[in-house]
Amino acid sequence: MIKLLRQSPLSARIGMGILLFNVFLALFASVIAPYEETSVVGDVWESFSGNFFLGTDHIGRDLFSRMIYGARNTVALAFVTTVLSFLIGSSLGFIAAVKGGWVDQMLSRIIDAIMAFPTLIFALMILSVVGSSIPTLITTIAILDSTRVYRLSRAVAMDIEVMEFVEAARLRGEGLWWIISQEILPNAIPPLMAEFGLRFCFVFLFIASLSFLGLGLQPPLADWGGMVRENAGAITFGIYTPLIPAAAIACLTVGVNLIVDWLLHLSSGLQD
Amino acid sequence: MDNLLKIKNLNIEGFYEDRWQPIVHNINLELKRGEVLGLIGESGAGKSTIGLAAMGYTRQGCRIASGSINIEGIELYDASEEDLRLVRGSKIAYVAQSAAASFNPSHRVINQYVEAPVQHGLMAYDEAEKEAIDIYRRLFLPTPETIGLRYPHELSGGQLQRAMVAMAMSCKPDIIVFDEPTTALDVTTQIEVLAAVKEITETMNKAALYITHDLAVVAQVANRIMVLRNGRLVEEGETRQLIKKPKEAYTRELLNVRNLRQEKSISDKMDVILKVRDLKATYTGRENVLEDIDLDVRKGRTVALVGESGSGKSTLARVITGLLPAICGSINFLGQEIPLDFKTRDKDTLRRLQMIYQMPDTALNPRQTVRKIIGRPLKFYFGIKGREAEERIRELLTKIELDPDTYIDRLATELSGGEKQRICIARALAARPDLIICDEVTSALDQLVGEGILDLLQDLQNKTNISYLFITHDLATVKAIADKIVIMLEGRIIEQGDKKEVLTPPHHEYTDKLLASVPEMDPDWLDNLLDKRLSTFI
Repeated sequence: MIKLLRQSPLSARIGMGILLFNVFLALFASVIAPYEETSVVGDVWESFSGNFFLGTDHIGRDLFSRMIYGARNTVALAFVTTVLSFLIGSSLGFIAAVKGGWVDQMLSRIIDAIMAFPTLIFALMILSVVGSSIPTLITTIAILDSTRVYRLSRAVAMDIEVMEFVEAARLRGEGLWWIISQEILPNAIPPLMAEFGLRFCFVFLFIASLSFLGLGLQPPLADWGGMVRENAGAITFGIYTPLIPAAAIACLTVGVNLIVDWLLHLSSGLQD
Repeated sequence: MDNLLKIKNLNIEGFYEDRWQPIVHNINLELKRGEVLGLIGESGAGKSTIGLAAMGYTRQGCRIASGSINIEGIELYDASEEDLRLVRGSKIAYVAQSAAASFNPSHRVINQYVEAPVQHGLMAYDEAEKEAIDIYRRLFLPTPETIGLRYPHELSGGQLQRAMVAMAMSCKPDIIVFDEPTTALDVTTQIEVLAAVKEITETMNKAALYITHDLAVVAQVANRIMVLRNGRLVEEGETRQLIKKPKEAYTRELLNVRNLRQEKSISDKMDVILKVRDLKATYTGRENVLEDIDLDVRKGRTVALVGESGSGKSTLARVITGLLPAICGSINFLGQEIPLDFKTRDKDTLRRLQMIYQMPDTALNPRQTVRKIIGRPLKFYFGIKGREAEERIRELLTKIELDPDTYIDRLATELSGGEKQRICIARALAARPDLIICDEVTSALDQLVGEGILDLLQDLQNKTNISYLFITHDLATVKAIADKIVIMLEGRIIEQGDKKEVLTPPHHEYTDKLLASVPEMDPDWLDNLLDKRLSTFI
C-alpha cells in the first residue's frame, strides 16, 4: 500500500492532498473555525478582512467558519451515503449475478424501473413527500444511487462468475456467502473502488444541487450547495461570496476525480 | 541459391523487474528460397520473439538490443517505421496462431484479403479478387469461387486458418512466418493446414519460418530445424538427421515417445465406481448435445474420453458433475444412484467426485494464496483447521512435488502454468476423492511440463488407487495413460473398449481417421498420408 502510494503520479497526489485537507477540516471543524456555524457576527456581505477571512454571508454569518462546517456536513454526508449505496447496490448485484434466473430477472427489472425516472426529479418527489431530514436524505440518495452500483457490480460479477474457480467452489458445495465474499468480491474490488470515488463525487454534487433547490440540508446547517443558493443574489452586486462555496465544490470534485483516474489506471493495468 | 533472410547475432531484451534483461541470445539464422526452417521449443524459448524480430518487430516491452536482420539486402535493425512498413506484407508476412481472432468478424473473408494489395497499390480490386480465388484453390479450400463471400464465422477453424495463410500471401511476400498455425486445431483439421503450408513452400517456391512446440508437426514441413531453449540455440540441423540422431539431451527429451503406463488388467470383477446409463443432455431444450451415453469407470483405472472439439466430451464432464443436469438417464456413483443436478447432491458425494480443469489460469482464484486454496476443502469437508491443516497442506504440497516453504504463501498469480495445474491437483486431492475428472489438463501446458503432470497423476493413482476420467483430444496422451478408451463423435459414443482393443485394427471408420491424423515423428508421414487420401479419393 505504501509502495503503491510512493509510485502514485503527481495528479493523484494533488487529488489526495485536496481530499485529505477536506477530511481534516471536517474532522476538526469546531476547533479550527473562528466562529459558530450559525451565529450572526457581522454585517450582511462584508468584504474580506482580518476578522472575517472570507467576509460574511447574506445575514452576516462568518463565511470562513461556515465553509469549514460545510465541509463537514457535505463530505461526511456524501461519504455515508456512498458507503450505504455501495452496500445495497453491490450486494444485490453480486446476488443477482451468482443466483441468476428469476432472482436476477426480478432484481434487474425493479432496478430498471427505478432508473427509468430522472434521478433528480425522483429525489425531489420523495423528499417533498417524506420531508427533508438527514436520515431521509441519506436513504433516498443511497437507494437511487445504488441502482448504478448494482449495474456495475452485476456486470463485474458476471465476468468473474463464469471463471472456473467459481465453478470449482460451487462444485465443492460452497454456499452463496462464501462465493460472494471469498471468490467474487476480492476480484471485483479494483473496478468497484474506482467507481466508489466517482460515485462519491456524484453524490456530493447531488446533495449540493438538492440543497440549491431547497430540499437538501435545511438551514441553518451549512452546506456548500445551500450556501451558493443563499448568497446567489450577491452576484448581481459584484460580490464574490457565492463563488467561494462553488469553487470549493469544483475543487473537491476535481480532486476526487484525479484520484479516481489513478485508481482506474491501476485496476485496468494500463501503462501511462 | 541466395539467402532471402539473414539474421546475425540477434539479441533481444525484455523490460521486467525494472530493468532490461536479455531474452534472446546471439541467434544466427539463414533462410533460402524454397526452404522451411522450423523453430521449436517450449513456451518462453523465444521462438515467437525471433519470428517477430524477423519482421523488425518486437512486442511491447521488448527491444532488439543488437544484431542484424537482413531481408534481400534491406537492413531492418535500424530501419525507420516507413521502411519497415514497405517490407512488411510485401516481402515478409505473418500468420498467427488464432485465425479466428485475426479476422474482422463483420467483413467478408475476400474483402479482407483484397484490402492489403489494393492499399499497397499492387493491383486493382478485380484483379486481387481473381488472385484470391486462385490461392483459395491452391490451398484446397472448398468451393474457392464462393467461399470468399462468406463471413469468418461461417468457416471452420481449419478453413479460417487456411484463409489466413491465403491472406498472408496476398502481397506475394517471399517469406512467411507461421507462428503455431495448427496449435489450436484438432488433429484432423491440422492436416489440411499442414498440406497448405507444404503447397506454398514447395510449389510456389517461398521461404518460411515455422514456429511450433510440436516436433512431430515440424518434421512434416521443415527442411531444417532449430531447437531453442530459454532464448538460446540448443541444436540445429537437417530435419531427417536431427530426428534420427539428435546430439543434445534436451532434443532427445522432446523426441522421446511417451509411455508412462505399466499395463494393468481390467477384469469385470473389479468395482465399478461410476456407472452412467442412457444419459441425454441439451443446452437449448430442442437439440440434444449428448445422446445415449453409457459409460463405466472402474476403481483405480483410467478411462480416456477422446474426440474432436465439439464432440461433446467436455459437456459429458459437466453432465457427470451435475453442472448441466441431464434430461434423462441415470448416474450411479459408488453403488448409489445420485441426483443429476449437483445442487441436490449431498456434501459427501460432491467431495468424492472432483474435477481438474483445462485452464489452470482461470481455475484458481488469483487473489487467494496456495494455503487458502488447498486449505479450504480440508476445512469445508473435514473441519480440519489450524496446525493440523497446515501440516496437511504441507503434506499435499510435497505429494505434488512442490516445496512447501517456497510455495505455501504464494498467490495463484505468482505461479507458472505447470505449478498452477499441480495446485489444482492438490486442491482436488485434499478432498480425498474416489474419482477425478481431468478435462484436457495438459493441453494448455508445454510438452515437457504436461508430461510432468501426467507422471504425477499416474504416480498418485498407483499410490492411492484413485480413478480418472481423462478427457483429451491428444491421442499420444491417451496411449500413454489410458486403460480404457471411449471415442466420441457428435455427442455419441461410437466406440469404447480396452486400450489394446481400440488401438488395434479393425477400427471404427472414425477411430481410424482420428488415429491416422496424429503426426508421427517421420518426415515422410504427411506426404504418404496425403498420397493415400488422394488415391482413395480418385
